[in-house]
This record gives sequence, C-alpha cells and structure tokens, in this order.
Amino acid sequence: MEELAIVAKDLVKNFNGFTAVDHVSFTVKQGEMFAFLGPNGAGKTTTIKMLTTLLQPTAGTILINGNDPVKQQDLVRKSFGIVFQDPSLDDDLTAYENMEFHAAFYHVPDNQREERIRVLLNFVELWERKDNMVKTFSGGMKRRLEIARGLIHHPKILFLDEPTIGLDPQTRNHMWEYIKDLNKKEKMTVFFTTHYMEEAEKASDKIAIIDKGKIISQGTAAGIKKSTKKSSLEDAFLELTGRKIRDEDASATDRMRTHRKAWGR
Amino acid sequence: MKGPIYIMWLRQVKKYWRSKPRMIGALGQPLLFLLAFGFGFGPIFQKAGGGNYIEFLAPGIIAMSILFTAMFTGIEVIWDRRFGFLKETLVAPVSRTQIMIGRTLGGATVSFLQGIVVILMSLLIGFSITHWALLPGAILFMFLIAMLFTAFGTAIASRLDDMQAFPLIMNFLIMPIFFLSGALFPLEGLPKGLELVIKLNPLSYGVDGLRGTLTGAFHFSLMLDLAVMLGVTLAIGIIGTWLFSKIEV
Ligand SMILES: Nc1ncnc2c1ncn2[C@@H]1O[C@H](COP(=O)(O)OP(=O)(O)OP(=O)(O)O)[C@@H](O)[C@H]1O
Ligand SMILES: [Mg+2]
Repeated sequence: MEELAIVAKDLVKNFNGFTAVDHVSFTVKQGEMFAFLGPNGAGKTTTIKMLTTLLQPTAGTILINGNDPVKQQDLVRKSFGIVFQDPSLDDDLTAYENMEFHAAFYHVPDNQREERIRVLLNFVELWERKDNMVKTFSGGMKRRLEIARGLIHHPKILFLDEPTIGLDPQTRNHMWEYIKDLNKKEKMTVFFTTHYMEEAEKASDKIAIIDKGKIISQGTAAGIKKSTKKSSLEDAFLELTGRKIRDEDASATDRMRTHRKAWGR
Repeated sequence: MKGPIYIMWLRQVKKYWRSKPRMIGALGQPLLFLLAFGFGFGPIFQKAGGGNYIEFLAPGIIAMSILFTAMFTGIEVIWDRRFGFLKETLVAPVSRTQIMIGRTLGGATVSFLQGIVVILMSLLIGFSITHWALLPGAILFMFLIAMLFTAFGTAIASRLDDMQAFPLIMNFLIMPIFFLSGALFPLEGLPKGLELVIKLNPLSYGVDGLRGTLTGAFHFSLMLDLAVMLGVTLAIGIIGTWLFSKIEV
C-alpha cells in the first residue's frame, strides 16, 4: 500500500479578508517529487507555511506524515526539513556556525555533525569560506549555504521554496542531482516550488499548478501538456495562468523585500 | 551533547562578544551615571545625612546596566524575525519552551557579565563591598534581574514585528522601570503615590536585594526581595514562553 506523505484538504488562508489560499486540496505520495507551480502571489509560500506549522490555516485539514500540523506541531516538525524562499540565515554567525546551529536544532548525532557539515559545505563549494561571517557572502553563496543547511539532517519530507532562486545554471543542476539522489536513496519526499519550468519538468514526478489561491491543474508534466495541447510545460503554464503579469502582487512582495533590506543593521 | 538550549545560548553569547562597539557603548552609560550622579549629588547626599552616595548609587547603576542589556537582548527577537532567522528556529523539532530557555539564559548571561564589569568599574571609582560573605547573594540577584528582564524583553518582542515601537518601549517601559526603582534615591519618606509605584516595580526589589547584599543596607528585606524576584521571574518566564509560542511568521 502506498503511504501518503502530505494530504491537504480544502485548505484556506485568509489575511484580513483577502483569500491567499482558497480551498486547495492535493496529496503527495511518500517518495514523490512534487512540484507546486504558480505565478507570483499565487499562494505557494502561504501553503508551505501552513504545511510546516508556521501559519494556522483559516480552514481545511492537513496531514504531514500522518500528523496534523495544527494539533501535533512537535511530531510534524520532526518529520520535515525546509529551505525557505526568504533569507533565514544568521548574518552575524559564520557559515560553519549556521550549519552547527542547524545540526543541534535537528538533533544530528554529535559524532556525525562535523563530517556532514564538511561534506555539504564542500558540496556547495563554501568549505574555504566556512569561517567567514555570512554577511560577507554574495546572494548566491547565501543561497547555497541555506540549501546545504537544509540537507544536514535527512528528513522524511523536504520542502524547498524556490531553492534555486538566484543560482547559476551549474549550481542549479548540481543541486537537483543531489536532491534527486537523496530522493531515490532515502525515499525522501520532496515538495518544491520553482519558476523554472524545465527544472520542474525534469525534477518532478507530479505537478500541481496554483493561481490566485486555487489549484487549476494537477498531474504529470506529460498529462498537463496533453490536456492543454502544448508541447512545453512553459506554454502549458502560460495557457493555464494567462499571460498577464501579476504585478500588483509581485510588486507588493518586492516592495516589502526592499523595505526589509533598507532596514539592514 | 550540544543540544538546542546550549547552541541557542552560545549564539547569544558569541554575538554579543563579537559586537565590541555594543559592549563598549553599554559601559559608557553606567560610567557616566556613576561619575555625574555619584560625584555631582555626592556632597548634597552627604549633607542630608545619607552617607556616601557612591556606596548607595553603585548597586543601582549595576542593576541599570543589567536591565538595559537584558531588555535589549530580549527585544532582539524582532531582528531575528525581520532577518528571517526566527523561522529557522521555529520550524525545528525543538519546543518553543526550549528555545525560550536557551534564549533567556543567553541574554541573561550576557547582561550578567555586563553587570560584573560595572561592579569592577565602580570599585575603581571608590565603591566598596562591605559584606563579602553576601557576595553569592549579590550574584544571585544580578542573575535574577538579568533573567527577568531578558524574558520580559522577549515577551514584548513576541507581540511586535518591527522596531518602530522601540522608542516607545525605551521611554515608557525601560526608563520608568529604572528611574522608579530606588536605583538613584532612597525610598524613605517619599510621597505616597511614588512609593506605591516603586513598590509595584519588580526592579525595586532587585535593586534593594543587590544593594543589601553588597553594602548591608536593605530597605525591604532579603527574604522579601528574594521572594518577589523569584516569583516575578518565574511568572514572566511563563508568560514570555506562552507569547513566544504564539508567534507566527
Ligand atoms: N502575512 C501576510 N499578510 C497579508 N497578505 C499576505 C501575507 N503573506 C502573503 N500574503 C499575500 O498572499 C498572497 C500569496 O502570497 P505567497 O507568498 O503565498 O505567494 P507565492 O505563490 O509564494 O508567490 P511568489 O512566487 O512571488 O513567491 C499574496 O497576494 C501576498 O501578498
Ligand atoms: Mg513564494
């Protein structure tokens, strides 16, 4: 029998009257690579935050590895790892210290910590910089560190919210290979979002497309292309979500981000 | 085993140790207070029969430096939230109680050390410890003040999401807590209203406990000071943990 890693049923999230996620339902099988696609402001991050106990859903039910993120937060937190879309490093610690912190927080056994940190920092080519403060890193280096950090412990479910944002093609390919490998070897379920359609098509077993808070299509990449009669996933995506730029939403988020940066210490 | 509480504590201590300007800045204020008030009001205090003012003032200034450092480190949760690091801790399989304990112990350690430096500084200026035997008691009071106000800062920060409220906190919480605590003036013969406010301020008991254990002069009593400080620290710790566990990002 196939076990389900993630079940979301009629998930809703309202922010002061604005519905960011609107009756979203999907299931992700154990060991599956699941791509969650959608234009800016579609509700991807909000959904991930609800799945990972960071936000309380307004309505609907969720099961993560069989547990409810609202009522069984601790059990749920034990079963997943996450790479956030937004920055989440401590800039005033070194790369190594950020990794060490994570290892302690995820109960990686003492005798494995050093080894895993070394392997992963080498993997993202940051080993030489391990004792530098994160605030001296470039955007891409920070991103690589966040990915390495997310892989220190091997969770049952890995959430990746636009993991490859700001990375060069070499690093992107490299990273996906590593993740696919983990997925195969450890049967790790991977739930990811991305705006690169080729990436989604290559990496995923299954895809869901969300727009304005609602899921508008689900299936395999081939299935989605077939149902829209398009030859590429990108065309299918544009066909389903329209060509109009989601500027209100996108620019609002961007403005928020720039505003945050301007707050820098 | 380097567990979550330890690593959280270590992070606070390391970050503080590395920000030298902050450490030095945090020593400038108590030094200024000791010099300006200590020597400025000293003669009047003496004439009014209060004795040596530095002797009276130093414990208050030590408490002040702990109060300020503790509140600031507590409020740092706002920065962690803004720079995204808070998310990293909140999704981990670690209870919010443990995070809160690690964070509070870290902030308390840092503010406690700051207090120790201020003691040494006041000894240089002319403060003298009359009851060496009670020094462990003084250390306990310093640590309690540090714990209480780190937890308090964290509790407040759990409900705020930007630094805009900071001047409000500074002027309507930290300053009054300090000025209305008996840190600067004796509590004998005060107007009733003022006396009441001071009695409601937990720092008054911290200052009194510290002053009593360092110089032998209690206004309340060792037992009362200790009981109030322990009780309030525990209560704020619990409330703070609860508020902290309600944070959404
Ligand atoms: N805390 C919040 N308060 C109010 N509105 C919010 C909040 N968080 C998200 N939103 C809104 O919810 C909508 C969905 O946002 P979300 O971040 O989930 O989009 P997304 O699909 O991840 O987009 P992107 O591809 O740009 O990352 C947006 O319109 C956003 O402005
Ligand atoms: Mg997003």
